[in-house]
Amino acid sequence: MRIHVDADKCQGHNRCYALAPELFDVDDYGNAVVIGDGSVSPDLVERAKLAVANCPEFAITITE
Amino acid sequence: MAVYEPPTSIYGPVTDWATDFDHADPEYNRNAHQIWEDLREKCPVAHSNRYGGTWLPVTHETVREVAYDTENFTSRAVVVSTVIPEDEAPIGGAPPITSDPPFHHDARRLLLPPFAPKKIAEWEGEIRTLCRDLLDRMQAKIEAGETIDAALDYAQHIPVNVISRMLGFPLEDDDLFREFVHDILESINGEPEERIRSFERIDAYLLAQIEDHRANPRDDLTSYLMDVEMFDAKLPDSMVGGVILLLLVAGIDTTWSAIGSSIWHLATHPDDRQRLVNEPELMTTAIEEFLRAYAPVTMARLVAKDHDFHGCPMKKDEWVLLPFPAANLDPAEFVDADKVLLDREENRHAAFGLGIHRCLGSNLARLELRVAVEEFLERFPNFEINGTENDVVWSVGQIRGPRQLPVRVLNTAAL
Repeated sequence: MRIHVDADKCQGHNRCYALAPELFDVDDYGNAVVIGDGSVSPDLVERAKLAVANCPEFAITITE
Repeated sequence: MAVYEPPTSIYGPVTDWATDFDHADPEYNRNAHQIWEDLREKCPVAHSNRYGGTWLPVTHETVREVAYDTENFTSRAVVVSTVIPEDEAPIGGAPPITSDPPFHHDARRLLLPPFAPKKIAEWEGEIRTLCRDLLDRMQAKIEAGETIDAALDYAQHIPVNVISRMLGFPLEDDDLFREFVHDILESINGEPEERIRSFERIDAYLLAQIEDHRANPRDDLTSYLMDVEMFDAKLPDSMVGGVILLLLVAGIDTTWSAIGSSIWHLATHPDDRQRLVNEPELMTTAIEEFLRAYAPVTMARLVAKDHDFHGCPMKKDEWVLLPFPAANLDPAEFVDADKVLLDREENRHAAFGLGIHRCLGSNLARLELRVAVEEFLERFPNFEINGTENDVVWSVGQIRGPRQLPVRVLNTAAL
């Protein structure tokens, strides 16, 4: 499983960074970036789904 | 302590919320949830002739569409009032909130770094100390047999104090800042000349602060704004003043309202209050739920050009209110939208807006709200409204929250 952030949609609400700091970081402008290549280890799958479900701009997607 | 006085209206009381609504009628914010629910069913995009014509979309879908559409809706003016400012798009009087693309992007990028999450996190200790000092004073009042008010003695002081420190403004001017904000956000349906005079007074104050920083530069946000460059040039004083005005206006009443509404909820819902005391690990989801259910900020736009919106003939220079709080309560978007669920895990609320104008200070607002609620509950785990709901006074205008919130602290052991 991998997570992706659409940089055009992300407006820096920082919900993903707050909910899943193991998977997301923020840049100097407060916009979200995925950590590493976005791979999600099995123990973080729920966190990844939470991040998707809480993004107000629908900027995060998951691919298998 | 000054007693809160709602401003007087040149329009008179509202007769019908679907055809004559006025968000500056004191009944609007007091009954907002009911008004939005009624409108959602019978008139999802309402119109009023007040303020030269104002539209009010109340569904998540329509609010979202307006927020994302910067072609048909301009941010040149974002506070509905009897005066449409003369400032021209795309900059506006208080950039970047009053700016449109493409200028908006560059102006916003100047301001994003000092408000990014890691920078804001550094303020937590100072905010906690401030909250504890305020609570000490409230406790002393209780011990002296005096009544306390969670809005006047607590919530209202937190954001104004924090933003003054960030800007490097005199902390003793906090009453003055609240007056400025009141003039801008609440005195919106008074005489236009009065409103213009208020703005002149604020401009004069801000220019004096800028002059003081020019004479005595220091490590704060004002000096940062005076130093930073856009398009290879420093910002003119008028723009620095406009940005500071934005930070004061956007930072004070809004967070004050969110803190007050959250405490109001806990005062009126003893089960939730007790649960949060017993299960502090719910704080993260609870804060987001308070932000959803009691989002304080309704933004506004001007119609940029005549066009049809969901069958509504919108005319250039009419106002459009953007009630993010109404969008947050839309059952089409949220399960059990009308219930406050402290453990709501999926919460895509729009309390901080949607699209390019996402609240710049959202990280700071969240931090202040969380720390304020944590510290209040830590000090006063059991409390209720002192009096009846009629003793709670809600703000008027686009920022919704309690302006007077008398509370009585109870003995926890009595539960």
